[in-house]
Amino acid sequence: MPLIKIRDLHFNRGDRVIFDGVNIDIQRGKVTAIMGPSGTGKTTLLKLIGGQLRPDKGTIEVDGQDVHKLSHSELYELRKRMGMLFQSGALLTDIDVFDNVAFPLREHTNLPESMIRDLVLMKLQAVGLRNARRLSPNELSGGMARRVALARAVALEPMMIMYDEPFTGQDPISMGTLVNLIHRINDAMKLTSIVVSHDVAETAEIADYIYLMSGGKIIEHGSPVQLKDSGSQWVQQFMQGLPDGPVPFHYAGPDFAEDLLNPEDNA
Amino acid sequence: MINYIRSLGRWGLGSFERLGRAHIFLVAMLAGVPGLFLRFSLVIQQLFSIGVLSVMLILISGLFVGMVLGLQGYNTLVDFGAEESLGVMVSLSLVRELGPVVSALLFAGRAGSALTAEIGLMKSTEQLSGMEMMAVDPIKRIIAPRFLAGIISMPLLAAIFSAVGVLGGFLVGHGLLGVDDGAFWSQMQAKTDLFEDIFNGVIKSVVFGLVVTWIALFEGYDAMPTSEGVGRATTRTVVHSAFAILGLDFVLTALMFGD
Amino acid sequence: MMQSKSTEITVGMFVAAGIAALFVLAMKVSNLGDLTEEKGYQVTAEFGNVGGLKVRSAVTMAGVRVGRVADISLDPKTFDAKVTLNMYPQFNNIPIDTSASIYTAGLLGEQYIGLVAGAEDESLKNGDVITLTQPALVLEQVIGQFLYSKAEGSD
Repeated sequence: MPLIKIRDLHFNRGDRVIFDGVNIDIQRGKVTAIMGPSGTGKTTLLKLIGGQLRPDKGTIEVDGQDVHKLSHSELYELRKRMGMLFQSGALLTDIDVFDNVAFPLREHTNLPESMIRDLVLMKLQAVGLRNARRLSPNELSGGMARRVALARAVALEPMMIMYDEPFTGQDPISMGTLVNLIHRINDAMKLTSIVVSHDVAETAEIADYIYLMSGGKIIEHGSPVQLKDSGSQWVQQFMQGLPDGPVPFHYAGPDFAEDLLNPEDNA
Repeated sequence: MINYIRSLGRWGLGSFERLGRAHIFLVAMLAGVPGLFLRFSLVIQQLFSIGVLSVMLILISGLFVGMVLGLQGYNTLVDFGAEESLGVMVSLSLVRELGPVVSALLFAGRAGSALTAEIGLMKSTEQLSGMEMMAVDPIKRIIAPRFLAGIISMPLLAAIFSAVGVLGGFLVGHGLLGVDDGAFWSQMQAKTDLFEDIFNGVIKSVVFGLVVTWIALFEGYDAMPTSEGVGRATTRTVVHSAFAILGLDFVLTALMFGD
Repeated sequence: MMQSKSTEITVGMFVAAGIAALFVLAMKVSNLGDLTEEKGYQVTAEFGNVGGLKVRSAVTMAGVRVGRVADISLDPKTFDAKVTLNMYPQFNNIPIDTSASIYTAGLLGEQYIGLVAGAEDESLKNGDVITLTQPALVLEQVIGQFLYSKAEGSD
């Protein structure tokens, strides 16, 4: 029984179709990656799972509950067991690192301050930023902010974590740190992870299973090894990052030679 | 032509949609207010950044407005030999109108725009979204304390404005122009009614505080999550607040002081 | 989140300053001071015309305020205006034959009641009636009388 079951998901934003009948199963205790070119609505998918957006059609079940049939308070109860790591980290900028990690604990538990301190230091130690606890979020680099956000996301010991583009815009060292951390935390806490990304190499390194999305549909899914051996040209282009292929290099329009011969610009 | 009508229609629908969203937002905010009494420290934090940080502006503006009223009022009243009524003129203009209105306009510029920028920035950096995913309702945790703090701050700021303004009028009237101080105060006390004038002024400023804070928070919450969107929302807060204050002032004045 | 002490203190000072400002407005600027002076005694006086006299107008004696108008009503029998004066308690030896007139402060000012002391030893008490009264000067009447007398005088 998968932890998350997405069936026949349809979602439109204005006139644009984002999802057109998507089915995804996310297995417990595994790292599942959802990959695809920019603008395929990967972040939107996470917001749908978290109940921040409502699908036009189809269902999303998390741990047996249909997310979009829950009442406001049931949804908030469910969210306490979900962690999410935003691309920007989404740290609260008016409080320091320590208070950020302590925030969900103080909001949702009545633990004494001494115990909160121990828990926060433990989580910060796990991401290697225990000694940065009195820094303000503005003083952190992008990678450090994501590590703090990770510590905050696991503070309530959730059953799953959703990572939104965790590797984008990172230098190789912090990229390596994050890959390592996600892997370690997933194993140590027996978490279910969903990674949304377009960084092929790093994602393939940690993912147990990959869904490839494009144009609102699942193009291919399988383990990283299966995808590398896929016969589909599109999958090959995406996995290897080839500049031209089924996804053309040139924006659709008239031929170049034709354009040069035509003095009027009517493209 | 068809296109023009179509875009007009779209604009109209869009405006109604925004108006509807603003009122749903207001209801959600009001629903979040009772819970705040259990966690009043959240409100105190906001009283500081909304109220206390506006005090200096209110003090200085109130003093100068009162001083100008003293000068202008004296020049007019002295023609009728009624300069003893200077106190009444200063106190009534301040308590009924200028205190609530000018301090609300200053409040919109100082605290309102800051609120919109803050909330807009929190939205564009995904802090609000992140909070939702941590199962913390941002309307209850972030918006409602600011809303309540705005409603509490505004009448206090308006009262400070009026009090300092009366003092400014007295300094100019008595100190500079030599109006008898006994006459200044006794005439003022004779003609300024506690309920008719002062309480109505307080009611006005509570309404202004509610509306300005509501507009500011909604603009921030509804802003496009880009730096340009936040900038535009901030401008809108100041403009819409000014319209709302002046329009409501007319309505409230007609209700309170019109017979 | 730790609430810093200085934040709490400044917020406290802000709220106190705001309430103090309201208090100053109430006590110093408005007529609240008078609302608490209701403990005095009340006397009534009937006038042929009260002109622009209002409730809360001043009652003075030799220019000093000794009370306020508490109520104005119409006497159903005489069709005169019945004015109830609220006298401050410290002025408790005003002679019983004191007369009351309605004056105007300046040409355009508010109207008030001026008392002129009589000579009796007995003083006014709660519920007494001032019988010697002079009605308000109504400007139109004065001008009318003036023109009439001019017209008569020119014969």
